Amino acid sequence: MSEENKTTELDSNVLVSTQWVSENLNNPKVRIVESNEDPLLYPSGHIPGAVQIDWTEDLNDQLVRDYIGKKDFEKLLRKNGIANDTTVVFYGDKNNWWACYAFWVFQLFGFNNVKVMDGGRLKWEKENREITKEAPKYPESDYKANNRDDSSIRAFRDEVLLHLKKGMPMVDVRSPEEFSGERMHMPDYPNEGALRGGHIPGASNVPWARAINPEDGTFKSIEELEKIYQGEIGLDKSDEVIAYCRIGERSSHTWFVLKYLLGFENVKNYDGSWTEWGNSVGLPVQR
Amino acid sequence: MGKFCRPSGSEISMSSPQKLQNYLDDLSFLTDKNDKIQYLIELAEKYKPIPDNIATPPFDKKHRVEYCESEAYVWAIKNVDENFDIYIAVESPSGISAKALAVILIDSISGESKETILKVNADIVLKIFGKELSMGKNMGLTGIVKKIHQLVENS
Repeated sequence: MSEENKTTELDSNVLVSTQWVSENLNNPKVRIVESNEDPLLYPSGHIPGAVQIDWTEDLNDQLVRDYIGKKDFEKLLRKNGIANDTTVVFYGDKNNWWACYAFWVFQLFGFNNVKVMDGGRLKWEKENREITKEAPKYPESDYKANNRDDSSIRAFRDEVLLHLKKGMPMVDVRSPEEFSGERMHMPDYPNEGALRGGHIPGASNVPWARAINPEDGTFKSIEELEKIYQGEIGLDKSDEVIAYCRIGERSSHTWFVLKYLLGFENVKNYDGSWTEWGNSVGLPVQR
Repeated sequence: MGKFCRPSGSEISMSSPQKLQNYLDDLSFLTDKNDKIQYLIELAEKYKPIPDNIATPPFDKKHRVEYCESEAYVWAIKNVDENFDIYIAVESPSGISAKALAVILIDSISGESKETILKVNADIVLKIFGKELSMGKNMGLTGIVKKIHQLVENS
């Protein structure tokens, strides 16, 4: 995708360029949000004016394996000065993996005025754009959240089982070693592991990072993405598709690609993913 | 960041290099998450690229650390004392954690004997960065320690 086409085609949609962000740093209606895997990154330097939303502390319920509810989401956005009419632009490390995850959680609350900075942190840094260690402070907003609605973009275990029985398409976005069952989890991470290795029968394996240009972290062109998801594994835009990984973070990236870049209408992220499926009694596993 | 007193705790092993133990003691003293993050960032800022006489980019893939998305490369070069000088390159600009680990490892174990280096367990990564480190990140960082072991063992 050329830079020119991206700007024209995507600025009005869900992707914005680093240049767009640079031109909107002082726009009071825009809030730049960094979301990373590495907790050292934001405090070591970030886009001026950007706030941080942490996937473990801010987006996940600290007791139940679930996402935060309406009250906590409201509190989170108010604290960061995000109002109902604010445009939120996510960016982050690992080719926007965590940015897409945060984007997905925002969608559970119907927060639609949200975008992703194409290329994420990597592109911003490679372009030698300004970074700062100064953490901004914004006046608390009066944001009012919708009730969380998981139904359209989040899949649960029983739904996945039904999906499987109907022979509907699924994309396993983990590495080929995880897909085959060769690699399970690290000994220090039993909470992210599973008792059985392999994949959900019928799922196709497309590692999430295939959607990325590794040199600058940008998404591949529409033509390249279509070649992967429609050409190689035969998905159709009218399909109901479920994406999964280990805990639902990598698959939120693929969910974003399918839904927003390729225009699939019915895509869900199964965030229970392999840590739920591979630990559940009696569920079918393929190797 | 102020000076540290060093409580005992987080000990890696009696035979680990004292400098490495000192880092762990410093970190165990920092109970506030933000202080710990700041400490690690300050270490990362001390990271220096490897000298040109060791290697220049593009680096040989046999020195690449598996699973490390910070694009880390490791060299273990036997010196005149038959000990090993360790060099670590971190190519990704976002590799702050990898750079912090590189600074700790180079300061602690570069120039040490094969036996001393091999006694440093990869689980120091969790002791340095804490249990909240994601699995993927841990795989990359422990990969740096494992790569050092591999190169030292094969020398």
